[in-house]
Amino acid sequence: MSRVRVLVGTRKGAFILEADGKRESWQVSGPHFAGWEMYHLKGSPADPSRIYASQSSGWFGQMLQRSDDGGKTWHQPGTPPGEKPAPGPPKSASNKFSYDTTDGSGKPLTTHMWYDGTQHPWEFKRVWHLEPSLSDPDTVYAGVEDAALFRSTDGGENWKELSGLRGHDTGPKWQPGAGGMCLHTIILDPADAKRIYIAISAAGAFRTDDGGATWKPINKGLYSQYIPNPTAEVGHCVHHIAMNPKRPGVLFMQKHWHVMRSDDGGDQWTKISGNLPTDFGFAIDVHAHEPETVYVVPIKSDSEHFVPDGKLRVFRSRSGGNEWEPLTKGLPQKDCYVNVLRDAMAVDSLDDCGIYFGTSGGQVYCSNDAGDSWAPIVRDLPAVLSVEVQTLK
Amino acid sequence: MIRVALPYHLRNLAQVGAEVEVEVAGPVTQRSVLDALEAAYPMLRGAIREHDTLKRRAFLRFFACEEDLSHESPDAPLPEAVAAGKEPFIVIGAIAGG
Repeated sequence: MSRVRVLVGTRKGAFILEADGKRESWQVSGPHFAGWEMYHLKGSPADPSRIYASQSSGWFGQMLQRSDDGGKTWHQPGTPPGEKPAPGPPKSASNKFSYDTTDGSGKPLTTHMWYDGTQHPWEFKRVWHLEPSLSDPDTVYAGVEDAALFRSTDGGENWKELSGLRGHDTGPKWQPGAGGMCLHTIILDPADAKRIYIAISAAGAFRTDDGGATWKPINKGLYSQYIPNPTAEVGHCVHHIAMNPKRPGVLFMQKHWHVMRSDDGGDQWTKISGNLPTDFGFAIDVHAHEPETVYVVPIKSDSEHFVPDGKLRVFRSRSGGNEWEPLTKGLPQKDCYVNVLRDAMAVDSLDDCGIYFGTSGGQVYCSNDAGDSWAPIVRDLPAVLSVEVQTLK
Repeated sequence: MIRVALPYHLRNLAQVGAEVEVEVAGPVTQRSVLDALEAAYPMLRGAIREHDTLKRRAFLRFFACEEDLSHESPDAPLPEAVAAGKEPFIVIGAIAGG
């Protein structure tokens, strides 16, 4: 029978939630890496037992963890627990994310815009998002703060920057959003191995069509009234982008304000906020089998990061945007003031598509009927940073 | 042997107890002790010192013999009691309370 494994990253550790295909009775394991900020965990589509996890701390920096048995045991790639290290230089550096400034493949370490408009040097802070390859369990991409894209081809043991992105000539115009200048979204195109979409707060969305060597800003149609030129090529605070893998090229975006869609791989965006009560938010995702069914969780505003009116509501559009319906069954409809962050929503691929999201209040909710009804899997975790789900068949 | 005391999260990362012992050949300095520590426990690389610069991470401090050594040269000799294994070299998170 099919099963699901939900990977939850929180401010104070990681948790793994497992259930059979009914998604009614759950087993919870964790906290894994208790006390650490777990920004993101994601399983390999090519080998579901392989899971990568970003572990970080303001004191101790960035760590990278890997499981090869579905989350039962973990190790830092290249330094398995109990293995006596060999003399000599380290064989791997799973937590070393050095911007590539070498001649040839690298780009000079330049500056980006700081909050006050001055220029500021690029400084690595943490890994926000890990995106395993669709076909190779040992290949994984990492989106980091300050914004850059890294790739490992040896299971996370060593990382190399795809410096063409950071070296884009618009780099000095990129600036940090409230959460930092983070590369938080990585989408691999299943129909074209050389096409990757990424998004950065607050630079915008970019696309490569040559495997990461060169990048093109894809922000036409975005309007951001809080920047000097509201239709600038870069500088937009894109919060998240989602794509149904069965329909590559059609993208849905939750921007700082505004929900957007593109039908041409990001070349042009159209606003689809329609009747949403507010179109500020972070999370967005697409139904696994209905590519015009989209989910968002509206948040009151950029000044008040919680759901409006004390009601936790997921909004669903079955028409690709503009017409949205509130989904409330099983969700608190009074006195609720949580946030749902950009990487904290996911969908499974069972026949009855499951939708999952986690909140700043530590709840992880599941709908096993495409959003019609919801139930909490857990209620009292630390603040949830990310939710991913693996469908195990 | 040089004794090194680690904070809670680094103990968990290295899967060790509150103190570890490392062997240091030559002068006993912050650099030589941390080099030996990272050689023995490579999972600690980058967690105490920055990868490329080997500078102390901003929110960590080094103590020994009731002295704050955080701002000493990494190549300055550590106190004799540390070199003799009588006192630990202490790595600690820079936090006063909370």
